[in-house]
Amino acid sequence: MSDALGTGSVVSVLGFAFWEANVVGFGEATCLKSEVGFTLPVLKPTALFISNIYTTYEIMQIIKDDCNFDFLGKRKIAAVISALMILVGMVSIALHRGLNFGIDFRGGTNVQIRFEKQVNLDDLRKVFATREDSGEMSLQTFGVPEDNEVLLILPVDSKLAKDGQLKENLTELLKDKYPQMELRRVATIGPKVGEELKLNAVRAIFIALGLVLVYISFRFQWKFGVGTIVALIHDVCIVVGVFSMLDKEFTLTIVAALLTVVGYSLNDTIVVFDRIRENQGKYRKKGLEEIINLSTNETLSRTILTSGTTLLVVVCLFFLGGEIIHDFSFAMLVGIGVGTYSSIYIASPVLLLLNQKNPATPVKEEA
Amino acid sequence: MDTEVRIRGVIILIVLVVAGYYAIPTYHAYKPGNNPKLVDKKVNLGLDLQGGMYLDIEVQVDDAVDEVARRAAQELEDAFIDNQVEYIHIESKGSQVEIEFEAGSSLDLEEEPYSRLVVQFDQNIEKDFTRLTVKAEEIKRIRTSSVDQALEVLRNRIDALGVAEPSLQRQGENNILIQLPGLTDREKAIKLIGTQAVLEFYLVNENATKNNYNQLTSVVKYEENWDKITQKVATRIPFVLDKKVVLTGEFIRDARVRFDQNDNQPYVSLSFDSMGADRFGRITEKNKGKRLAIVLDDKVQSAPVIREAILGGEASISGNFTLDEANDLALVLRSGSLPAGIVIREEQTVGASLGEDSIKQSLISLLIGGLSVFFFMMFYYRVSGSFASLALLLNLILIIAILAGFESTLTLPGMAGIVLTLGMAVDANVLIFERIREEMKRNGMPRAAVREGFSKAFLTIVDSNVTTLFAALALLQFGTGPVKGFAVTLSVGILSSMFTSIVVTRFLFDIVYLNRRKLEKISI
Repeated sequence: MSDALGTGSVVSVLGFAFWEANVVGFGEATCLKSEVGFTLPVLKPTALFISNIYTTYEIMQIIKDDCNFDFLGKRKIAAVISALMILVGMVSIALHRGLNFGIDFRGGTNVQIRFEKQVNLDDLRKVFATREDSGEMSLQTFGVPEDNEVLLILPVDSKLAKDGQLKENLTELLKDKYPQMELRRVATIGPKVGEELKLNAVRAIFIALGLVLVYISFRFQWKFGVGTIVALIHDVCIVVGVFSMLDKEFTLTIVAALLTVVGYSLNDTIVVFDRIRENQGKYRKKGLEEIINLSTNETLSRTILTSGTTLLVVVCLFFLGGEIIHDFSFAMLVGIGVGTYSSIYIASPVLLLLNQKNPATPVKEEA
Repeated sequence: MDTEVRIRGVIILIVLVVAGYYAIPTYHAYKPGNNPKLVDKKVNLGLDLQGGMYLDIEVQVDDAVDEVARRAAQELEDAFIDNQVEYIHIESKGSQVEIEFEAGSSLDLEEEPYSRLVVQFDQNIEKDFTRLTVKAEEIKRIRTSSVDQALEVLRNRIDALGVAEPSLQRQGENNILIQLPGLTDREKAIKLIGTQAVLEFYLVNENATKNNYNQLTSVVKYEENWDKITQKVATRIPFVLDKKVVLTGEFIRDARVRFDQNDNQPYVSLSFDSMGADRFGRITEKNKGKRLAIVLDDKVQSAPVIREAILGGEASISGNFTLDEANDLALVLRSGSLPAGIVIREEQTVGASLGEDSIKQSLISLLIGGLSVFFFMMFYYRVSGSFASLALLLNLILIIAILAGFESTLTLPGMAGIVLTLGMAVDANVLIFERIREEMKRNGMPRAAVREGFSKAFLTIVDSNVTTLFAALALLQFGTGPVKGFAVTLSVGILSSMFTSIVVTRFLFDIVYLNRRKLEKISI
């Protein structure tokens, strides 16, 4: 059941990404300038940029200048899709009975073991079963198959890990079938600490969100602040939901990724809001919906490029950074992607909605 | 305008030189073949990058308070026996001592000769029951001092591990953070740190058995024999002991490993101080023929027969030790027993090989990620982009310099933070350049466009960076260990990128385009 949910959700995440791409107008759609575009082969730029830098004055652009896509027109569909994604995430969490918390929050011991050659997990489990006090434990492959590494997760009260006897116990257990094994890393968290860390993580998220709300309301206006917070909560929910759907371990580093996404996703939102504010001053006669659309279009290349450059490095981390920060990079990838989307399709519509409800206090320009 | 540019140039040059001065030692420190410990101001590698062990332990201070009560109960009992006081029972319960006297025999313990023993207690007399409770300020004092004591004891024990730069730090009320960089033997460290090493001597009561003994005057403890082959406890031999502890480890002056002359087996030889030697002499004099049980952390180590009075203050503990075990035991006895038990709250141990791999992987992602952004900017924004790329390079040097200057610790997530910062640093430039392009389209004057671009984008950049800083600061407050390292590098990176992306790029624009009389187009 969870497999189906997992694949289904991965497909929907991908489908969603494709949908977003089409909405913004990638591929053959209207806003993409055809000469540059994303179909540019990788090797060509080397010659191109050397000549480009110093000889031509032709500006390189992804998004055309007169791009005028009706973003807000599609906001109802966007709202439905967002609600759906969050719902699927919540359902997944309910089905899994909570998140797959790592030892950071649950307490317990993680042991990263490297073997000489590839190990069959079932064989390994049988070896552990021969010892009666093995107790509850879980084994999973760690990293890429070539590493021949396994992650052994033991609960807080495990007898194997008691009194610092872990290495002795494991060596004695595995020395017959797997003589060459190396304990690369051992991490133990006591039960009390797990609870503390959980509390601290939640506090950190709330404080970050709170600070953001205050700051944005102060720099712009409270309506902008609310729009921002809704977008951020939306981003956090979706990332957490994806982690649940893919049954990925939720650790303190993932919380760090979430907080970074919160801080970073704001950047796009601020760029658009800044432009909205500027345009309100310039075009006093235009309605808010029109101004929002105009502003979003004007800042589109900015939004895409800033997220793009950050995604560039995160992709490097994802593929090259090693297993330990692999899930962290994944969380950043999803978070930045969703964050860009939410700047356009959540923050601004909420702003519009609030303004429609209180038209007496029109959204004014801050000093 | 000219002077402004010149001032900026000077500031940038100063920053560059200072940054270089602080960043270069780090490069030298970690070049293969050099010894990093010789370099002072450098970026330190976290334990997850250099390998080693991190422990967060909690001293069970409440047990230390209970121990005070237990000790007082013992001493009072001895005093009662010496003075022939009629009491029914005396026992310690938690941090209280409860005494029941024979009807009419109750004493005010604050009178001589008991006053010395109850100094730490509040006395509460009810008819024939007297209750002594440890005073509140005493509880506080005991708790604090037991952590201090534990620190000392652990420091001594850790010295023996052969770790180059161990660190022990008190944290909060009851916790101690221990860092052992480069430690390879995790198990030994846990044993040395976790062993309370409470040494007590008891007299064995040969007349009672495990199932038939007087609970008021005797106690049962076991000798456990460890089967090295099956790694399990093979036999448990019960000993009925006289409850009163005749001697404790606090009288030990020294403990050394010696070898038995007959079979060359290692044993631990104890030397008592003068008070201890005195007592030991008296006990062995009075109890010839009886067995003396040597109990370590509540388990009987051995129970040799007292053949004669030992006046020299020397005793030996033998028990089938390997040389390592004997050495470890001698060490923990020498360093003193821990005032209370230790609970490991958190442990992170990373092997050196994993640490090396982690460094390699993060450096590669830094290189590839950095280069991707570097070349992308040059490709998309051409000459202006190359300004941004140069600023990016300076940003990296600046980050390393700041980290080195504060001798901060770089962890694996910290490296990820640096890589992330490089991606985020160019965002400011993207904002500025896009704005410049827009302004040029609007009124075609390049110099004005550059000026407008920088000024209009400035506030947006500040807003964006401040909000990301909020997240980093929240993490700094609530994160632990490696995550804190990430928050530090992210914060440092954001702040330094504000300098490089704005000031340095602007400066480069100025010096390249400043002297052209008529500026029609710029490469952006």
